[in-house]
Amino acid sequence: MNTNLKPVIAGFIPLLDSAVIVAAAEFGFAEQEGIALKLIRETSWANIRDRISVGHFDVAHMLAPMPIASSLNLTSLAVPMLAPMLLGLGGNAITVSNVLWADMAAAGADPEGDPASTGAALARVIAGKQKAGAPPLHFGVVHPFSGHAYELRYWLAAAGVDPDRDAEITVLAPQVMADALAEGQLDGYCVGEPWNTAAVVAGTGRIATYKQAIWPDSPEKVLGVTRKWAEANPETLAALMRAFSAAADWCADPKNNVELAEVLARSDLLACPTEICLAALSGRIRLDPQSVKDVPDFLTFSGGVKAAPMPVYGKWFYEQMVRWGQVEPSEQAEKEVEKVFSPTVYLEALGLTGVATDATIEMFDDARS
Amino acid sequence: MSGGLSILVIDDNKIRASIIEQGLRDAGHDKVIVVHQMEGLVRQISDINPDVIVIDLENPNRDQLEHMFQVSRAVRRPIAMFVDKSDSNSIEAAVDAGVSAYIVDGLKRERVKSILDMAISRFRAFSRLTEELEEVRSELADRKTIDRAKGILMKSKGLSEQEAYDLLRRTAMNQSRKIIDVAQSLVIASGLLGD
Repeated sequence: MNTNLKPVIAGFIPLLDSAVIVAAAEFGFAEQEGIALKLIRETSWANIRDRISVGHFDVAHMLAPMPIASSLNLTSLAVPMLAPMLLGLGGNAITVSNVLWADMAAAGADPEGDPASTGAALARVIAGKQKAGAPPLHFGVVHPFSGHAYELRYWLAAAGVDPDRDAEITVLAPQVMADALAEGQLDGYCVGEPWNTAAVVAGTGRIATYKQAIWPDSPEKVLGVTRKWAEANPETLAALMRAFSAAADWCADPKNNVELAEVLARSDLLACPTEICLAALSGRIRLDPQSVKDVPDFLTFSGGVKAAPMPVYGKWFYEQMVRWGQVEPSEQAEKEVEKVFSPTVYLEALGLTGVATDATIEMFDDARS
Repeated sequence: MSGGLSILVIDDNKIRASIIEQGLRDAGHDKVIVVHQMEGLVRQISDINPDVIVIDLENPNRDQLEHMFQVSRAVRRPIAMFVDKSDSNSIEAAVDAGVSAYIVDGLKRERVKSILDMAISRFRAFSRLTEELEEVRSELADRKTIDRAKGILMKSKGLSEQEAYDLLRRTAMNQSRKIIDVAQSLVIASGLLGD
């Protein structure tokens, strides 16, 4: 190995959207930018947080709201952080048990996964259960500060279901969700791929709706760095983002889908069958074992402007934290959030100029921000 | 120990868990409960009502545990990660050793410091033990490979055991390789050549 390379240690969780980091290390993109990228697989987001905080990791694959929660001092070992680049957009889905889907279908749920329709059907099922005195439905998400938690809650609330009163939401590791659903511990869950397809292929679950339908082209994972590391290593960070940008473009090219799926499926990475990785990479989603739906932007990797974080994204996550009682709203917090999701460092590193940074957000229920 | 703290150890590695349990008991903590599984943990935490929870970092359920502390009605007292920002050394030492600890709110840090220190040192001792075991295992495997290589040479060249070993050693020296590497190549080559 070239000893002039600058070593960077990156922590990641075995999920499909670790693809950009994996491709950068596996296919030479990091090396081309002068970086020896070493990947360390982790078993929990808590470990990712702790190990980036104590400096074991220079950078990490993180849930988009995590750097915000850390910067707002809402977690253990909280340190000021940045989310200088988006590593993946979309990629999550809400999967329900076959039993729950049968009830939802009877209540008129759209088989194509339209969130307004499936949400309304679920609300009718829940209302029926409440009348009959049945226990609340149990849903799983991967972390309290996650896109998954906020998407599930948003979808439920938009249909008039109070996620705290009318349902129970628990936290489970992504790779055990499908088993928990099969064993009846959960009635549904929101998780990143391939852990929805895993349940569909196993015949134990049905995709009810998905992130791309709830909030199109929305950030899911980010590159997480402590502000301390970013300030001490500005050139390395810029080079790393250029490497990730090239890797993301490679991951986004459909002709690389199979090669990428094969690498990700490896036992030292996701350790799962190649086929279940291919679904989200190719945008051919199996909502149930019989039907395949084309959702070309189900999961997006981008090495261009789309990978730039935008303050409005950070603010959306922050508003959800406020909405669900995770943080007291304050002007100071809002400013902090804008800093975490600033696109400046990324745009400068990539030499992208004249980019509008006033993106708008449009949700499935027509809410705009 | 007066007003003994109750300590819950969550570790699915049974040997390591019992090493920690023993250490804590030796230090005078008699209320130590070890659990290996997360299933039904909410109930158990509510029953045990622990003052301190020790968990290994390999455990994929840390996110679940932390969430439980935040929201669960089963946890009667708020529990937070063992964090004292003034003591970054002990945080780093814990993460390095592969262990994390949570304590109930309001508990004096001095009362639990020794528990965390104990967990850290036992985790370290356990990793050293595992490494040593691994070394012994690979040494044994090496010896077996060298024996097989010697056997191949004795059979194919009609050498004595000592002569076969000397030949391996000489070849290794001439090629600046380790004996085990030469032996391995020989075993593989011999396998490929069908004998």
